Amino acid sequence: MSEVTETDIPAGTRRAQFAEFWFYYKENRGAVIALVVFALILLAAIFAPLLSSHGPDTQFRDALLAPPLSAGADGHFWLGTDAVGRDILARLLFGARYSLFVGVVVVLLALSVGVILGLFAGWFGGWVDTVIMRVMDIILAFPSLLLALVFVAVLGPGLVNAMIAIAIVYQPHFARLTRAAVLSEKNRDYVMAAQVAGAGNMRLMFRTVLPNCLAPLIVQATLSFSNAILDVAALGFLGMGAQPPTPEWGTMLSEAREFILRAWWVVTFPGLAILITVLAINLMGDGLRDALDPKLKRS
Amino acid sequence: MIRFFLGKILWLIPTLIGITIVAFGFVRVLPGDPVLLMAGERGLTPERHAELTHQLGFDRPIWVQYSDFLWKVLHGDLGDSLVTHKPVLHEFLTLFPATVELGLFAMVLAVVIGVPVGVLAAIKRGSWFDQISMGTALVGYSMPIFWWGLLLIILFSGILKWTPVSGRISLIYYFPNGTGFMLWDALMSGQKGALTSALSHLILPSIVLATIPLAVIARQTRSAMLEVLGEDYVRTARAKGMPPRRVVGVHALRNAMIPVITTIGLQVGMLMAGAILTETIFSWPGIGKWMVDSISRRDYPSVQGGLLMIAVIVMVVNLIVDLLYGLINPRIRHR
Repeated sequence: MSEVTETDIPAGTRRAQFAEFWFYYKENRGAVIALVVFALILLAAIFAPLLSSHGPDTQFRDALLAPPLSAGADGHFWLGTDAVGRDILARLLFGARYSLFVGVVVVLLALSVGVILGLFAGWFGGWVDTVIMRVMDIILAFPSLLLALVFVAVLGPGLVNAMIAIAIVYQPHFARLTRAAVLSEKNRDYVMAAQVAGAGNMRLMFRTVLPNCLAPLIVQATLSFSNAILDVAALGFLGMGAQPPTPEWGTMLSEAREFILRAWWVVTFPGLAILITVLAINLMGDGLRDALDPKLKRS
Repeated sequence: MIRFFLGKILWLIPTLIGITIVAFGFVRVLPGDPVLLMAGERGLTPERHAELTHQLGFDRPIWVQYSDFLWKVLHGDLGDSLVTHKPVLHEFLTLFPATVELGLFAMVLAVVIGVPVGVLAAIKRGSWFDQISMGTALVGYSMPIFWWGLLLIILFSGILKWTPVSGRISLIYYFPNGTGFMLWDALMSGQKGALTSALSHLILPSIVLATIPLAVIARQTRSAMLEVLGEDYVRTARAKGMPPRRVVGVHALRNAMIPVITTIGLQVGMLMAGAILTETIFSWPGIGKWMVDSISRRDYPSVQGGLLMIAVIVMVVNLIVDLLYGLINPRIRHR
């Protein structure tokens, strides 16, 4: 009996697996729409320079706080301009790059560290488990945004530090999930078989057990992706994330705060961009959970 | 039963120690010299620097500093604020009622609306009510609340002029010996219009803070109810001709509430994070705004003390929820 790992699965089986996944995913209409919306946001981020006629930092001094749809000497401002005359649409398009980039980096960091810690804790048990999980408990005892704020205060404000701080705060969730999944898998027959066949700890942990723990991790990763976008925007809003003039959505909101009663568009559009992106990712997360979690299938 | 409680409480001690290490370590890992950081941009003469270093105890071994810190914390001494020069604990306790009031009000909103909506959505699964309410819940869950707060200010304070933009109560009211709980103080003072003023200041921040917990509770209630409604004992109750209202209200709801209560408890940490943003937007004089201000003013003793207090409070609330969970669900207790 050989161990079942991803690499051993023939391509046909994998295609069948994907077909099954897609069968359940497309049942959720919201998730399919969200996938389309997310793809559009991704394309907008990639092709931002082609889609906007203005640069994100170009200031049009004759069009300060111009309302949406207004036409200036330099072309149309579809979503208006901000207090120093920058085109809001252009800033939102370029801002999408930051938000998506932040989400991806935070999730990758939190996922890789959390999974490794969770694997070690679950696989070895004993004092390794106790030490790792206690540290995770301590991190979880602090409200995430507060801890991220304090980390940023230590590291200094800025987008990179904000990402590191949020990744540190998120990784206990991955560690806990991985540990729980490892505990339920590690006494199964296939793991025993691999062990008897002479696989070492590293191979058992990363090649045998880990691929079978992926479903909850993928769902958690989408959740963290949307939360990371929200939290980085929140840090930006508090002045601790990306610094001006970066067109990060939260930072844009923070700059726009003093104009809320005079120019609604300066505040409305960046927030709407955050909401739509986060909503799309959360809806996709719902779809993924329906498709990946066998307990909830067809319930 | 007692063993279950004691076990839970003992289990907290290592985490508590860890929290003190984090709060203690935070000032020490700051890049640069803590004394220079505390002195700010004015700078220091070398003599004054040495004197301050000695006075603040930074010239002692790190473990001596830590045990000294721990000893003081255990005696309720969190140090003095660098800005106001008042004890940090005093500042914290003065501002804490404002955050508790806001948090409680928000939580009541979230539970009072979230639970019935979740129950109704589960009973009428697939109906337009289910779809609209769960769609709204997902929007609420995805909401950047700092933006949501700004939108509400534009609408209700800017355009409709129904509510004030910031603060806790109109400046014409003042309660010298108040408890810090503005609604209570206003009610007790008997001054005309005080309670209305306090309520009108409280309502928008509460809605903003309640948004995410409300969405989470509604979703969680719905899924817990759906699970319970499929159980055998609910079918039995229905089969023996019990009125549907009683089946749902007594048999299903009571069991569905068990996971919901855990969810409600877990929202306390979320509420603290939300309070940071909500209080900043509405200039609400509570712990959240104080922490943000302390961080931007580099008032490290306040940040350190606040961090410690908040973590301990969140832990204690989670412990209470855990114990309650054991109380209402015997299966957990006897595991």
